[in-house]
Amino acid sequence: MKLAYWMYAGPAHIGTLRIASSFKNVHAIMHAPLGDDYFNVMRSMLERERDFTPVTASIVDRNVLARGSQEKVVDNIVRKDKEERPDLIVLTPTCTSSILQEDLENFVERASLDAKGDVMLADVNHYRVNELQAADRTLNQIVEFYIKKARKKGELPEGKTEKPSVNIIGISTLGFHNQHDCKELKRLMGDLGIEVNEVIPEGASVHNLKNLPRAWFNLVPYRELGLGAARYLESEFEMPYIDITPMGVVETARCIRKIQQTINALGGNVDYEEFIDNQTRFVSQAAWFSRSIDCQNLTGKKVVVFGDNTHAAAITKVLAREMGIHVVLAGTYCKYDADWFREQVGEWCDEILISDDNGAIGDAIARIEPSAIFGTQMERHVGKRLDIPCGVIAAPIHIQNFPVGYRPYMGYEGANQLVDLIYNSFTLGMEDHLLEIFGGHDTKEAIHKGISADSDLNWTKEARAELNKVPGFVRGKVKRNTEKFARDRNIAEISIEVMYAAKEAVGA
Amino acid sequence: MTVAQPEALSFECETGNYHTFCPISCVSWLYQKIEDSFFLVIGTKTCGYFLQNAMGVMIFAEPRYAMAELEEGDISAQLNDYEELKRLCLQIKHDRNPSVIVWIGTCTTEIIKMDMEGLAPKLEAEIGIPIVVARANGLDYAFTQGEDTVLAAMAARCPKEAPEAEKEERNAIQKLLSFGKTKEQVDVEESQYADHPPLVLFGSLPDPVVTQLSLELKKQGIKVSGWLPAKRYTELPVLKEGGYVAGVNPFLSRTATTLMRRRKCKLIGAPFPIGPDGTRAWVEKICSVLGVEPKGMEEREAQIWANLQDYIELIKGKSVFFMGDNLLEISLARFLIRCGMTCPEIGIPYMDKRYQKAELDFLEQTCQEMGVPAPKIIEKPDNYNQIQRIHKLQPDLVITGMAHANPLEARGINTKWSVEFTFAQIHGFSNARDILELVTRPLRRNNSLKDLGWDKLVKEEALV
Repeated sequence: MKLAYWMYAGPAHIGTLRIASSFKNVHAIMHAPLGDDYFNVMRSMLERERDFTPVTASIVDRNVLARGSQEKVVDNIVRKDKEERPDLIVLTPTCTSSILQEDLENFVERASLDAKGDVMLADVNHYRVNELQAADRTLNQIVEFYIKKARKKGELPEGKTEKPSVNIIGISTLGFHNQHDCKELKRLMGDLGIEVNEVIPEGASVHNLKNLPRAWFNLVPYRELGLGAARYLESEFEMPYIDITPMGVVETARCIRKIQQTINALGGNVDYEEFIDNQTRFVSQAAWFSRSIDCQNLTGKKVVVFGDNTHAAAITKVLAREMGIHVVLAGTYCKYDADWFREQVGEWCDEILISDDNGAIGDAIARIEPSAIFGTQMERHVGKRLDIPCGVIAAPIHIQNFPVGYRPYMGYEGANQLVDLIYNSFTLGMEDHLLEIFGGHDTKEAIHKGISADSDLNWTKEARAELNKVPGFVRGKVKRNTEKFARDRNIAEISIEVMYAAKEAVGA
Repeated sequence: MTVAQPEALSFECETGNYHTFCPISCVSWLYQKIEDSFFLVIGTKTCGYFLQNAMGVMIFAEPRYAMAELEEGDISAQLNDYEELKRLCLQIKHDRNPSVIVWIGTCTTEIIKMDMEGLAPKLEAEIGIPIVVARANGLDYAFTQGEDTVLAAMAARCPKEAPEAEKEERNAIQKLLSFGKTKEQVDVEESQYADHPPLVLFGSLPDPVVTQLSLELKKQGIKVSGWLPAKRYTELPVLKEGGYVAGVNPFLSRTATTLMRRRKCKLIGAPFPIGPDGTRAWVEKICSVLGVEPKGMEEREAQIWANLQDYIELIKGKSVFFMGDNLLEISLARFLIRCGMTCPEIGIPYMDKRYQKAELDFLEQTCQEMGVPAPKIIEKPDNYNQIQRIHKLQPDLVITGMAHANPLEARGINTKWSVEFTFAQIHGFSNARDILELVTRPLRRNNSLKDLGWDKLVKEEALV
C-alpha cells in the first residue's frame, strides 16, 4: 500500500478510453462498477465536447460478483452494436476486472459472432501499466488489428503515394494542446510539400488504417504515445519513423532535417535548409526574442521544470539552450521511460528528478527557490503557496489548459507561444518583487468618503460569528443588506434571526 | 398531450446503465464538515483519479483525505493488510493527529474481501485513534449514498449518555446558540423550549444551514439536542434509547435503519426540508410527533413563496426531466411541481419507498393539487434510453450529470448539472430561492441568447 494524495498519470483504462474515443465511430465498453465512467465527465467538460462520449459501462455489481458478468458483457456489446453501429467496440478492463479475472477474451469472441462491427479486448493490465503506456499499447493494438484484417482480406494497398507523405501518429483526446499541435504540424507539412496521409487516432476512421503503409514515413511528435504503432509499422513495412519532438526552434529544425534525410533516402529530392533559415530568422519570433534585451534580463535566472517526458525535456532544452536560463532541476513522472529523459536533458540542467510523488517535487522546489516553475497544475499550486510564478507545460491539467484560441506548442508558431508563456511567467515574478521593494502600488493611504464599512448598528456576538462564515467576497453585501433591513424596521440589534429574516426579505 | 389526469405514482426499474459519481466522493464534503477527521480511501488508482479530478481545486488545499493505494502485492495477499494499514495510519497520526480516521472501503476491498471491520478495532486499540469503517463502493451504492454509509457507521459511535462533566457543553448547536452567555441566561433560554423527548437530526449540511434549520425548530419551541454528524467527531450527539431522530436528506436510509434498529431511536418520517413546502411539512411533522402545536407556519410559507414569484414566472408551465444521479430527485421534483412545472420522468439511482414514504405521498398530493400528471419514477435508469425519451419529449429543462450536459446543450436542450444541487445550500425556508436560482439559470441564460439562432450546434445527422 502507498499513501497517495495525488497522481500524475491516470489509471490504465483512461489511456485506452482516450484512444477509443479519439477515433471516429469507435465505442468503448468499460467492464467497471458504477461511477467509473468519470472519463465521460472529463471529456465532456475539459474538451467541451459537443457529442456524447462513446463510452459506456457494463456495470459490475453484486449480482455480477455472484454469477459472473458473461451474459451482461456480451449483451451490452451486442446492444451497443445495434444502437450505434460502431465500426469497432473496444472492451476495456479496469482495476476491478483485473482482479475478477474473468475470461473477457472469451466474451469478446462470443459477442463478435453476433455483432456487425468488430470487437476487441484492450490488452492492458491495471497493475502493470499507467494511462500513457496503456494509450500507446491500445493504439498499437488497433493498428495491428486492422492491418492484419486488411492483409487477410487482401485489401492492403500496394506501394507508396506519389509525392512524399507522412502519417502523424499520437494526436489524441485529452492530450495537452493536441488539437492545436496537430493543426500546426499539418501546416508545417504543407509548407514542406509533404502530404499528410493519415492522422491517428484523433478523428480517424478505422477503415483508413489499412492506408497507413502508403505514407513514406511516420512522425511521432509525443514520446509517450504512438511509438508502439510506429515501431510495428517499421517492422512490418520498413517504414521509417521520426521521433524528434518539433518543440522549440532548434528541435523543430532538427526534426525537419531528419525528415529531409528520410525523404531523400527514399528517393526524394528535397532541401529544407532555406525554409529553416527563413522561418528561424524572420518568420518565427522566437530566435529574435532570444537575442532581444528582454531575454537578456532572463540570463541565469533559476527555474525548475517538471512534466511528462515530451514536454519537460523539450522545455528544458528551450530554456537552457535557446534562452540562456538556468534550469536547476528537470524532472519527469514517466518513471518507466526514465533513461530516455536522462539522456535528453543531461547536459541542460544541474539535477534530474525522476518521481511520481508530488511531495518530492514540492520539496525540491521549496529548496531551490527558483524564479519560475514550468510544470503541471500541481506545480502551479506549489508555486502559489510559495509565491513563485508557474507556467503550465504538461498534463495533469485543468479546463483552462484547453483554450479555445490557437495555442500550439509545436512548430514555429508553437515556439512563439512558448516565448510568451516563459516571458510572462518571469515578468510577473519581477513585478512582484518590485512591488515588494517599493511597498505596494501606492504608499499613500486611500481616503474613502462615499462608502463606510462602519455603522451605528449593534451586531450580537453570534450574528457577527455567523456573518464571518459568509464567504468573504459577498460578506460586505450581506452586511449592508442586513443593516438596511434592520434600519428600515427600526431594529437596533442584529441577531442571527434578523440576519436570516433579512436574507429572506431581500431574496438573496 | 392529453389533459392532465391525476393518478397514482408509477415505478419502473431499468438496466442501471447510468452515469453518476462514485460514492467515495462523499469524502469531499464530509472531511470539510467533520473538522477533526481524516478520510483514508482504501482503493486503487482508479479511485484516486476520480477523487483528484472530481474535487478539482480542493485537492491543493492539503485535504484531510488520502488514498491507501493498493498495489499488486496487496491484491495477491503477498503483503499483510494489517501491517500495511498500520504503517499508513501511524503516518497519518504523526502528520495530522486526527480525532478519527475513517476508512472508506471500495470495490477492490470488497472483491478481495479485506476484513476492514475486523482489522479496525484491533488497530484502533493499538494506535489509540478511533477508526470508523464505511463501505462506500460502486458495487453497491451511488454518489450521495456514500454519506449514508459513513453516517450509518458513525451512528454506532454516538455516546448513549453524556459524560457528567461535559453534559452541558456536549452539544455543538447548543454551544453555538448560547455562545458567551452565563448559566442563568442559558436557563432562561431553556424555558423557551417545549417539554419534549430529545430530538437528533441526521445528515451532513453546511454549518449555516444547520443553524437555520435549528432556529426554525427553535421558533416552534423544539430543541435540537444534536446533529449527526457534528462539526467535530468528538462532539457526536448523544443518542438515547427511545429518543427521536429525523433525516434532512432523502439518501440516508441506511443511517435511518441503523438509528432505529441498533440505537432504538424512533424515526420521524417526514418530507425533506427542501423548498418552502417541504420545510413547512418537515417542521409540522416534527411538531406533531413531539406534541407541539406549530405556530405561524402558513404565513411563513406564504411569505417565502411571495419572494420567489419572479423566478416562478420563468418556470411556470415548463417541463423538467430528471435523469437521476443523486437521490435528491423526488424532493426537488415535488418542489418544482409546486412551482408550476410539469415533470414527465424522475430518474433515481435507488428508491427506498419506506424511508421516503412521506416525501412520495407529498409528491402525489402535490401533483393532485396542481392538477398535473404524476411523474414516472425510474429506478436504476438507462441513460441511453433516457436520451431517446428526452429527444422525443423535448423537455424545457433536463437535470443531469456533467457527462451529458454539454452534448444536450449542443442539441438545443437546456440542462442543469445535478451535482450543483448536492453542493449548494438548498435546505430550509431561506434557501428556497437558491434552488430556483440554479433551476432558472439555464433558462435565463438562454433567454438572453435566444435571438442569435445558435441553439443547435451539431450537424443534423449527429443527432443522439
